Parts: sequence; C-alpha cells; structure tokens
Amino acid sequence: MATKADVLDFIRVYADKMAEHRQELTDLDQAIGDGDHGINMSRGFKAVLEKLPAVESKGIDEILKTVGMTLVSTVGGASGPLYGTAFMKAGMSTKGKEALSDEDVIQAFEEAVGGIQFRGKAVEGEKTILDSLIPAIDAIKAAIQEGKTMAEALAEAEKAAWDGVEYTKTIIATKGRASYLGERSIGHQDPGATSMAYAFQAINEVAQKGR
Amino acid sequence: MVGIVVVSHSQKIAEGAVELAMQMAADAKIAAAGGMADGGIGTDVAKIQAGIEAVQSGDGVVVLVDLGSAVMSSEMAIEMLDDGSKVKIVDTPIVEGTIFGAVEASIGSSLEEVMEVLANAKSYKKF
Repeated sequence: MATKADVLDFIRVYADKMAEHRQELTDLDQAIGDGDHGINMSRGFKAVLEKLPAVESKGIDEILKTVGMTLVSTVGGASGPLYGTAFMKAGMSTKGKEALSDEDVIQAFEEAVGGIQFRGKAVEGEKTILDSLIPAIDAIKAAIQEGKTMAEALAEAEKAAWDGVEYTKTIIATKGRASYLGERSIGHQDPGATSMAYAFQAINEVAQKGR
Repeated sequence: MVGIVVVSHSQKIAEGAVELAMQMAADAKIAAAGGMADGGIGTDVAKIQAGIEAVQSGDGVVVLVDLGSAVMSSEMAIEMLDDGSKVKIVDTPIVEGTIFGAVEASIGSSLEEVMEVLANAKSYKKF
C-alpha cells in the first residue's frame, strides 16, 4: 500500500537526488550527448519542489499530474517530455485514489512506461531510460507474483534498474543525440537510464523507511 | 492564413529564422517558440503552445522543429490544445522552411499546400 505521503516523499527524495547527482548525470551526457541531462533534471525537479506545496492537499493523481506538467515546461531537453509524460500517465491511472494498492502501483508504472514508449518511440535495448525502467518494473511484477511484499519488490526493482544501467554500457545508442555517435557510444553508460535508476533508488528508500 | 511556429532549442535561432522570413513575407502569421522561458537552451511545451495559439486563425498551423526534444515537446503542445487536428509538425530545414513557409502562407495557400512546399524544401538545391 502506498499512501499520498509516500508519493510526496518519493518526489522529494528523487528531487534531492537529481540535485545531488547533477554533475554526474551531466558528465555522463557530455560523453555521448549534449551534456545537459543533470542540469535539466535538477532544474526541472527544483521547479517541482517549488510547485509541490500548492498541490500537497490534492489527490495523488493531481500531484503526479502537476509534477509531469512542471517537468515538460522546465526540463528543456528530451527528458522533459519523457519524464513529464511518465508522471502525467501515472497520474491519470491513479485518478480518484486516496491510497495505492500493489496492483495500483504496478498499473501506474505500466502507464508510465507506455507513456515514455509512446512519446519517445523507443523500445528496450536502444540505450535509453527504458533500459533501466522496464527491467525494474518486470522485477516488481515478478516479486509480487512470487508473493513478496511491495517493499521487497521495490528493493529488487532498484537492483534490476542498476543492472539495466550497466547493460547500457554494452549497447549502441540508436535514439536521441547519442545515436549520432553510433558505435562510439559503446562503453558509455546512458545518462537517462541512470537518472531513472535514481528514481527507483528513491522509491526503494521511501519503501524501506515505511517498512 | 496558415500560421507558422518555429521551435528550436535556441531562442536566437527561432527568432532569427522568423526575422529572416518576415523580410520576405511581412504579413505572415509567424511565431518564434525557441528556448526556455528564461531564454536558456531547451524546448518548452508551454512556450510552443502559446506560439501556436498566437498564430492560429482556423486555417491551420505548421510547426517547424530543429531536433530531439523539439519534436516531442511540439507533439505534447499539440495534444494539449482543445483541437490540434489542424496543427502539423513538419520535417523541413528550419531556416529555409520558415522562409518558404512564410511566403507560401502569406499568399493565402492552404495548410496542405504549405506542408507540401515544406516537404520539398528538404531537397531544395542551394547551388
């Protein structure tokens, strides 16, 4: 079960992580992209933190939607529409819910993935956000199916996300600006997959705290 | 008249393309939606949406994009409109396309005609 407080907690923890890892994400992006991922994500989530107090009293769906809308207008790079769509889709799937059951959480994640795939027209294995996001969600679903708790599932999701980040070092980028580099992108870790793994790190930290 | 919105990561590129086009077609309905709200590099869905709303008159709008998030941000801006059915993103060189599009739109061409001119701009030979 995830409460509204958990959702707010996750957003704040993730925002802090984006500020904390700003330079690391930017360095990763400098190697294979336009070198602004950390700057963009931290700017976007700084704006999110400023907007959050105004919607804290609203429903989970409104909160997630506001995060998404804020990101699309403040991030500036491709991660704006991608993360923005993910939060907006997750928001739509939680409409009218005061708290989220395990099924609701999985549903929200599925909607977020669908949103990113629709927006970015990418699939797994193209060195993108999806390469840490999809394995993480698959891990959640598998763990829940095995009868584990959501907290256990989220711990496994974080691990799967970081494994996905490692995997991005071995593949060629075919989407986004890194695709201009072709084979030279091999060996480099994808910044988008990395920022997504931090999202699962944030979710996991919130889940373990409430255990 | 068909409206034109120029979306670039750079506010200066968008404004520059518009400035050039206005020299050729001073009465064109054309908006620059480049950069972020603070003028920094990036694309901003709200800024693009405002640009579309500023130039739409019912005859349709073409959106010219540079690359990457310019495409995704423009798609989102169109989805957020009440009726985005006559707003089209076109794959065309941003500077040449802005000029050709502005000229074509200003002589009263339809959305389809403007889009065709822009599609052909990709193969336009400079010399």
